[in-house]
Amino acid sequence: MSHTFFIAFSYIVTALVIAGLILRAVIDHRIQVRTLADLESRGIGRRSRRG
Amino acid sequence: MIRELANPTRFMSLSGTLLPWVGGLAALLVAVGLYLVWFAAPADYQQGETVKIMYLHVPAAWLSLFFYMIMASSALGTLVWRHPLADVSQKAAAPIGAAFTLICLVTGSLWGKPMWGTYWQWDARLTSMLVMLLIYLGILALWRAIEEPNRAARAVSILTLVGAVNVPIVKFSVDWWNTLHQPASVFRIDGPTIHPSMLVPLLIMAVAFTLMGVALHLAGMRTEILRRRVRTLTILEAERLDAQAA
Repeated sequence: MSHTFFIAFSYIVTALVIAGLILRAVIDHRIQVRTLADLESRGIGRRSRRG
Repeated sequence: MIRELANPTRFMSLSGTLLPWVGGLAALLVAVGLYLVWFAAPADYQQGETVKIMYLHVPAAWLSLFFYMIMASSALGTLVWRHPLADVSQKAAAPIGAAFTLICLVTGSLWGKPMWGTYWQWDARLTSMLVMLLIYLGILALWRAIEEPNRAARAVSILTLVGAVNVPIVKFSVDWWNTLHQPASVFRIDGPTIHPSMLVPLLIMAVAFTLMGVALHLAGMRTEILRRRVRTLTILEAERLDAQAA
């Protein structure tokens, strides 16, 4: 195999792993924001324990 | 300053302002770094163009250790000072550290084949780095295994601090043992042995990777704070439904 294969594969793997990290961060954040908004829209807040 | 940041609301506000700047700067430096690597840095006189793998492999290796040190300091924060954000920081750092360790191992292996004639050798540096990945995976598994966040944080903190023994082993393995992996060539008492035409792009890539890691860490911490709020509210909702049923 030529050296180009090893260089290209290294850059592709790195790009994929970093893209995965970024995508995971964005999706996870959106899920939590949506779930939190949903809970709050149903009137469930910290104050509901007292009331 | 640290006391102020320990307040999750304050942290959310500050990190929300910082995150786009850190992320933007990271993206800019990655672009500059890649330009220098591909259009300015020379080929190595022995390795030829294969040296381009170094610009990914070395920063990934540094960040693997960097994120482990963040986790170890956060573990101390959890166990000793019970810092409110310490376990949030630990949890957010683990997948990032694991990802950079994986990049380091894969790119190292792909660099090793054309240079050493083998993808893998059980030498001290490679083996200790593999152990580092296994520790990261163990920590990630432990976070998932224990549902209650405070209990999970304490258990993970102990595992993290035990695993920290591996950090100096990774760093000094090339000095303590006779390894196929070369010794340090940047952080040396007598100065770097790399020519500035390669050192400058390498350092720019290292700073870019670090900023990218910091941005991901901040984003991960923010999401973890939200996840804990969701958990608290879900418990409150269950309690309210229980009270209504009774």
